[in-house]
Amino acid sequence: MSTQAGLKAPQARVEELETVVIRFAGDSGDGMQLTGSQFADTTAIVGNDLVTLPDFPAEIRAPAGTLPGVSGYQISFSSQDIRTPGDAPGVLVAMNPAALKTNLSDLDEGGILIVDTDAFTPQNLNKAGYKSNPLHDGSLAGYRLFEIPLTSLTLRSIGETSLGARQATRCKNFFALGLVFWLYERPVEHTEKWIESKFKNNAEVARANMAALLAGYNYAETTEIFTTHYRVTKAKLAPGTYRKITGNEATAIGFVAAATLAKRPLFYGSYPITPASDILHELSRYKNFGVRTFQAEDEISAIGAAIGASYGGALGLTGTSGPGVALKSEAIGLAVMTELPLVIVNVQRGGPSTGLPTKTEQADLFQAVFGRNSECPAAVVAPATPAECFTFAIEAFRLAIRYMTPVFFLSDGYLANGAEPWRIPALADLPRIDVHFATDKATFMPYRRDPKTLARPWAIPGTPGLEHRVGGLEKEDVTGNVSYDPINHDKMVHLRAQKIAGIANDIPELEVFGKDSGRVLVLGWGSTHGSITTAVERLQAKGEPVSSAHLRYLNPFPRNLGEVLSRFEKVVIPELNLGQLRLMVRARYLVDAIGLNKVQGKPFKVAEITDKVEELLRGERHATN
Amino acid sequence: MPQTDSTGAGLLEPPKLTRQDFVSDQTVRWCPGCGDYSILAQVQKIMPDLGIPKQNIVFVSGIGCSSRFPYYMNTYGFHSIHGRAATLATGLKTSRPELSVWVVTGDGDGLSIGGNHLIHCLRRNLDINILLFNNRIYGLTKGQYSPTSEMGKKTKSSPFGTAEQPINPICVAIASEATFVARSLDVDPVHLSKTIERASKHKGTSFVEIYQNCNIFNDGAFEEFTNREVRSDRMLYLEHGHPMVFGKNHDKGIRLNGLEPEVVTLGQGGITEKDLLIHDENAPEPTLAYLLSRMDNPEFPVPVGVFYSVQRPCFEEVIEKQERDLTARLGSGNLEKLIRGSETWTVS
Repeated sequence: MSTQAGLKAPQARVEELETVVIRFAGDSGDGMQLTGSQFADTTAIVGNDLVTLPDFPAEIRAPAGTLPGVSGYQISFSSQDIRTPGDAPGVLVAMNPAALKTNLSDLDEGGILIVDTDAFTPQNLNKAGYKSNPLHDGSLAGYRLFEIPLTSLTLRSIGETSLGARQATRCKNFFALGLVFWLYERPVEHTEKWIESKFKNNAEVARANMAALLAGYNYAETTEIFTTHYRVTKAKLAPGTYRKITGNEATAIGFVAAATLAKRPLFYGSYPITPASDILHELSRYKNFGVRTFQAEDEISAIGAAIGASYGGALGLTGTSGPGVALKSEAIGLAVMTELPLVIVNVQRGGPSTGLPTKTEQADLFQAVFGRNSECPAAVVAPATPAECFTFAIEAFRLAIRYMTPVFFLSDGYLANGAEPWRIPALADLPRIDVHFATDKATFMPYRRDPKTLARPWAIPGTPGLEHRVGGLEKEDVTGNVSYDPINHDKMVHLRAQKIAGIANDIPELEVFGKDSGRVLVLGWGSTHGSITTAVERLQAKGEPVSSAHLRYLNPFPRNLGEVLSRFEKVVIPELNLGQLRLMVRARYLVDAIGLNKVQGKPFKVAEITDKVEELLRGERHATN
Repeated sequence: MPQTDSTGAGLLEPPKLTRQDFVSDQTVRWCPGCGDYSILAQVQKIMPDLGIPKQNIVFVSGIGCSSRFPYYMNTYGFHSIHGRAATLATGLKTSRPELSVWVVTGDGDGLSIGGNHLIHCLRRNLDINILLFNNRIYGLTKGQYSPTSEMGKKTKSSPFGTAEQPINPICVAIASEATFVARSLDVDPVHLSKTIERASKHKGTSFVEIYQNCNIFNDGAFEEFTNREVRSDRMLYLEHGHPMVFGKNHDKGIRLNGLEPEVVTLGQGGITEKDLLIHDENAPEPTLAYLLSRMDNPEFPVPVGVFYSVQRPCFEEVIEKQERDLTARLGSGNLEKLIRGSETWTVS
């Protein structure tokens, strides 16, 4: 039995495509995240550019077959450089009626629709709220429908087995994966190896999954159900060695890199929370890098321990999502007052309260910049892509140490779980992180500041002669003794503010993508980068006077932001919130920025941004006509 | 014995320190007559005897009168936020196991707002010392009831008496799997310094409840049994391996009747010391410690001393061992390999 992608059935036509968007959708127990990530791994290895968008419910296993239980994984892959997971899938694999119902409206008109006919039972149709079977009532006429009895074909391919019926049925995601591998000319070897290693202690499960995978591949190849299969050639990416990486992976190894560069141990205090827990899982494996992880009893303990570790000279790090940051705010204030280095990761999710735990949102910007009692400034950085999480993990600690301050690292659910190819940086190209501990008894004062950075010295326990006390009470300038003096308090509030504001001189200026001036500037921050850049590229290709700029530093802003804004007639700010950056920009620069806001737990589609900008351009033309 | 300075600066001969070396330059701002003065004096007094270089000692506190403690110790100190001292101490000790870390907390800080952290800190058993000053009142906020205030107590926030059953710190510590549980009192400096010294030598988290008088908002809270006149009749000084005898004339004792303790008089009805409970701090199960913790005035003498002391691996030791084992197996972390991950492809 041939498993080589190179051996094609003679009857299938090959059609070359530039970009394909596939969505795998099924019950949360159907293994759709696994299917999607296996497809993404292989797609990365064959050299396409790719962006993924996993989308899963908060419930681990909602009742089988129901709408809330549907889990999806979208991947866009291309022979070109791409930045978004695609506005709409061209291919939908629906493992049951509920998956069809919740995803069909996104599928391109005329798109490929692959369904498991075995799952379209009266019971499942009823659970999904279908009055009639969509496979038979003509409602799918606008799509290229492939009706395949995936479940029964899977069971047949496995044959005699000691596995129970339920376990054998669960192999059907590999059958579907094999089928799609053939359809897009991907080799099965990577997944074969993965199955072998994953189930090395369970030979029968490994055999059954392998059989299903190959059967799916061969089914597509040998039956005449698919007359065409598709080729997406290698992307022309910049030369270098690449790997696939998700935002959370990049965040975790970025912090390990920061600690290695600083030659200090990393201490990660965290309490499990979606979508940040993967960072804890990942870091807890790296003990041989001097990484100490602490699963705390709650969010407050997690940050308290990180502050304690920082006080002792480690790189104190805590990670969570918005609800966790809410609990940590008092302790962040303590780190601001005691002026200790600390990084707080917030993998943002839909809110308020418990909100939409597995969905993405950018609505914690105010929380990061302002969300504490009194005047309590902290630096805020926000990576724009999954791979940038690596760079900004290092940057966050560079700033935290240099300025002796807490630094927020704002990621989000989309960056955290989304994957893309990452050109692996050379160690020599990584920035330096210098750590200086105070040791000189003669000159030491706990709050004597570096004149340039305004940072106080980092004096760690164990240093003879530097015994001193720090704490949350207001400090006297220079000595650090407790002080209730009004003039001193006023001075210290200003000093803390100036210290953070001064970081603007130590970060890059904001770059403009496109022309330096024009009608419209699209200003973004965080994970909207892919959609914004793609939208602006498309508009520029049409000759529109549109540029974009993307903020990676939210506090302080890059020093040239005001000047950049002033060069454009209109500024539009797309955000997955109700306009938080917009309010900050309007307040700071008195610019009448326009919002494009969406809070649906999903990233922007490119078309949503192009539509808005085109509307503005049209409006402008009408106005000037 | 020469010690390596943790900053790597070189070998230091620890100087002979005195109590005065541990007195900071800050004016002590507790109310005159506060029990905290006595505790501070005893801690400063025993510090030189511990043989720990001063720079390796850190006092961490939360918020409350007791939590001002670190300012008055000429060691490293961290006055943190309400209830969270144990969390800072956990991070500090985990990343710097060579330090001697002390948590100073109170009945509000440690058992109310910080109760959760106290529980988890105790069960993790880091090698740190926790001193809980129990004055059964909120002093710094001027006189509200605390989680250890007796039921029905009238305070500023409970003008008609509290409606809450108080919590017993020793019971909490035992239930939290603490490995060292003790109680002492501000008005018995000899016992206090001995108890703190023992706590500091315990490997693992040591928990010491210290009865402390707040002469402003809850004066005489413990007077009924700590008063010198009646102390020997109303308190039981626990001594490991000894029968539980108390009383001015050493004529009273504690006997077990079924599962209940009872006060008996030696010589009456033929009772001898042989009939009395023998204190065993090291009993593998904390059953006896718990039984003692429930004994309270006026029915019983109030026990002080070490209730329970057992050995169990410390959190930071286990973490360090995992680190050593993994490093032995995989070698020191290689950043380049980590960044490359398991699968790569090359674009030329």
